Amino acid sequence: MQAELIDIRNHLIQHAPFDDMPEELVNQLTKSIEISYVRAGTQITETGQISTRMYYVRSGAVEIFRRSGELYNRIGEGEIFGQFGLLMRGQVRFPARALEDSLLYSIPAETFHNLFENDENFADFVEIEDRSRLRSAVSRREKSNALMTSRVSRLISRKTVSAPTTVRLQEAARIMTDQGVSALLLMDEECVDKCDSDRLTGIITDKDLRTRAVTEALPSETPISEIMTEGLTTIRASSYVFEAMLTMLHNNVHHLPVIDGEEVRGVIALADIVRYESQSSLYLVSNIFHQQHVKGLKKISNEVRDSFVRMVNEDANSHMIGSAMAGIGRSFTQRLLELGEAKLGPPPVPYCFMALGSMARDEQLVVTDQDNAMILSDNFVAEEHDAYFLELAKFVSDGLAECGYTYCTGDIMATNPKWRKPLKVWRNYFTDWIENPKAEALLNSNIFFDLDGIHGRTEFAEELKALVADKASKSQLFLTLMARNALNRTPPLGFFRTFVLEEDGKHQKTFNLKRRGTAPLSDLIRIHALACGSRAQNSFERLKSIGKTKLIMEDDLSNLRDALEFISIVRIRHQALTLEAGGEPDNNVRPEDLSPFERSHLKDAFQVVSNAQKFLRFRYNSQATRHV
Amino acid sequence: MSDNASVPNDIKSLPWPEQFQALAKRAKAPVLKAFYEAGCVSPDTSICEVPMVALDFETTGLESDAHSIVSIGLVPFTLDAIVLGQAKHWIVRPKLPLHQMSVTFHGITHADIEKAPDLSEILEEVFASLNGRIPVVHFRHIERPFLDVALQYRLNEGIRFPLIDTMAIEAHLQPGRQPSFFKRLIGEKPVSIRLSDSRMRYGLPHYAAHNALIDAIATAELLQAQIQHHFSLQTPIGDLWL
Repeated sequence: MQAELIDIRNHLIQHAPFDDMPEELVNQLTKSIEISYVRAGTQITETGQISTRMYYVRSGAVEIFRRSGELYNRIGEGEIFGQFGLLMRGQVRFPARALEDSLLYSIPAETFHNLFENDENFADFVEIEDRSRLRSAVSRREKSNALMTSRVSRLISRKTVSAPTTVRLQEAARIMTDQGVSALLLMDEECVDKCDSDRLTGIITDKDLRTRAVTEALPSETPISEIMTEGLTTIRASSYVFEAMLTMLHNNVHHLPVIDGEEVRGVIALADIVRYESQSSLYLVSNIFHQQHVKGLKKISNEVRDSFVRMVNEDANSHMIGSAMAGIGRSFTQRLLELGEAKLGPPPVPYCFMALGSMARDEQLVVTDQDNAMILSDNFVAEEHDAYFLELAKFVSDGLAECGYTYCTGDIMATNPKWRKPLKVWRNYFTDWIENPKAEALLNSNIFFDLDGIHGRTEFAEELKALVADKASKSQLFLTLMARNALNRTPPLGFFRTFVLEEDGKHQKTFNLKRRGTAPLSDLIRIHALACGSRAQNSFERLKSIGKTKLIMEDDLSNLRDALEFISIVRIRHQALTLEAGGEPDNNVRPEDLSPFERSHLKDAFQVVSNAQKFLRFRYNSQATRHV
Repeated sequence: MSDNASVPNDIKSLPWPEQFQALAKRAKAPVLKAFYEAGCVSPDTSICEVPMVALDFETTGLESDAHSIVSIGLVPFTLDAIVLGQAKHWIVRPKLPLHQMSVTFHGITHADIEKAPDLSEILEEVFASLNGRIPVVHFRHIERPFLDVALQYRLNEGIRFPLIDTMAIEAHLQPGRQPSFFKRLIGEKPVSIRLSDSRMRYGLPHYAAHNALIDAIATAELLQAQIQHHFSLQTPIGDLWL
């Protein structure tokens, strides 16, 4: 090699797998390089082409696609692509396209094979990567890929089996046995002029027959309408399978009637989806409900992180991952409540167990503490009933801690007597927060404005949501103070300026993607949602309701959506990578751990947050109370 | 345009391919004869089909008749690929003294030069990379005149060839780069068309080292970027060479 090529060589040896390569091989490699400049959007390799080269990205960024056309990976400076096809000595497996103007070093097959033969590190690097990526790529194509690309209608294998709501218990059981189905839809026969989907009234499942009929020894002549489940959650035939999965996760149901226009097309069951992917988070959820002891729950809680990493590797978006993780957390809580009730006996008065914060927003990740509360019936008498609820709350809270959901440091848990109150007290809490707002107090009660009833009389929680939706939009001072609090945490844009201009000498090592990114965003989205009387809890759903009111321009809304998705997914990927490397995930990211692509897009996303904060200040006439 | 006083004007006014044929007949030195005989592509050839060679000299100064070549870097390339395996770099012994200033710039020292060959000893190797290729340089007033003078001095005949100047292309692309008097008054700076500044505009990486070879590679990369951003791959070479 010419000594004058040192600049090129030095770049290579800063990056794996060239960093440990013997000098002689690096020199051979350098000499074999052909450089080419490609503009953004240029197709670099296409499926089916014969693989003749491996590529090294000297500058810019490249996107790698699956054969289906789905994005598979993004490659930045110092990374390689094209090795799969060479290893297989065949065709290009993953076509590549320049995402940015890029300078590529292409390495001919001959050099690649020479390195592969003579450098074990290099061989391991490309081969191990190849094996795991290829395996996941293949299984993805067969399984979860289908989960995200196939429609619910594909899961329906037979015509709808239904019966009139007037049918008797034994007759219903006979129909189910004859037809070999695990669920029977019940139709209202009174109003024949209505379409199918409007007549759909209830469902009865195998499990219902077992738990509600046989266990209770109901007479065979009992009208089915007495034990059927009403208020059905349905799914549209055109929805994606993963949406069905999320719906099941969120509502903890195992059967979903499928509606196509006005027609009831059939029922899909948990098993239909689990078949798509044997280790899906749904499988985990159904497993949670099979556990009889806290010990069993603790054992399967180890699988939560695997499930998280798998979803990340399958390129799920942040909404799916957040919902799935929240669904899993919710299921642990629900199962613990069932186990607690089984142990302590039925509750003396009705109650609702409420999730707060990220679980209520369906935005949970793997590092999370428990935030929960209890709404008790107004018939609650502390002296008579509180001992029961305290014990139940402790059982759940301790159980959650066993399963990896750490105790809330702010003591926002149902074990705290302040957050275990009758509905009327809760109504007073919220009324007071909204109508007599104080900035400091609101900082602490912020989390209660993301709430979701997850067990028992969930209508109590709905009542509180309605109260908040009604009152919050009318209290200007409340919105002003909430906005003020939301401005306390600003995006780390100053950091990026520092990063670009290193002379500043304030080189920070990391920045916090939650505190400086997703949290300020979900804070400001919450305030707009409260201002327009939305009852939605999830940030993406909230953005949808804000969109209906024209409070924010459509362009700004989609910017907010993109910023939230991008910051969330970088945070999620960072945690998944840490988990895969055997580390303990957190929210602190070193900029050098990000690809150039992620760095530049994060900067844009933070700029969106910053602009949105300016608008928030202007819209609600707020100045930040303090900067953290 | 570099020149050789002895070449008559009717030859100089010929299109490049025909001029090369005429010059091949006149040339006495074998290296030059071979160079012209290798030919020159027709001016209507698409740029994407032209074999090129990026060329960079380090010199003791800017005047071809007062200063000397210190090192030569070159790399053959096309718009598709810059072939590092064929990259070459030589240090040569200058006829004229080495100035202290240029020592600090290229880092070539008196000791390097004492061992170095004279240009005449490596001419065949250099021409092996030039024959049949269109040279590409950044700032055309160095390589062509310096080579012309050096050959006149050693072979007693000069050299003529067309070349592509990435700096001239950049100047053409930034027509308003010199701000008006008024704009200068309010602090507007001219757009720099120096190699590293031009590269930055295309997102090309910064190279820490300065030697004739890395600058030749940098020039080749710049031309690839310029063509892809501002021209078509079918642009006739005749529109670009000077």
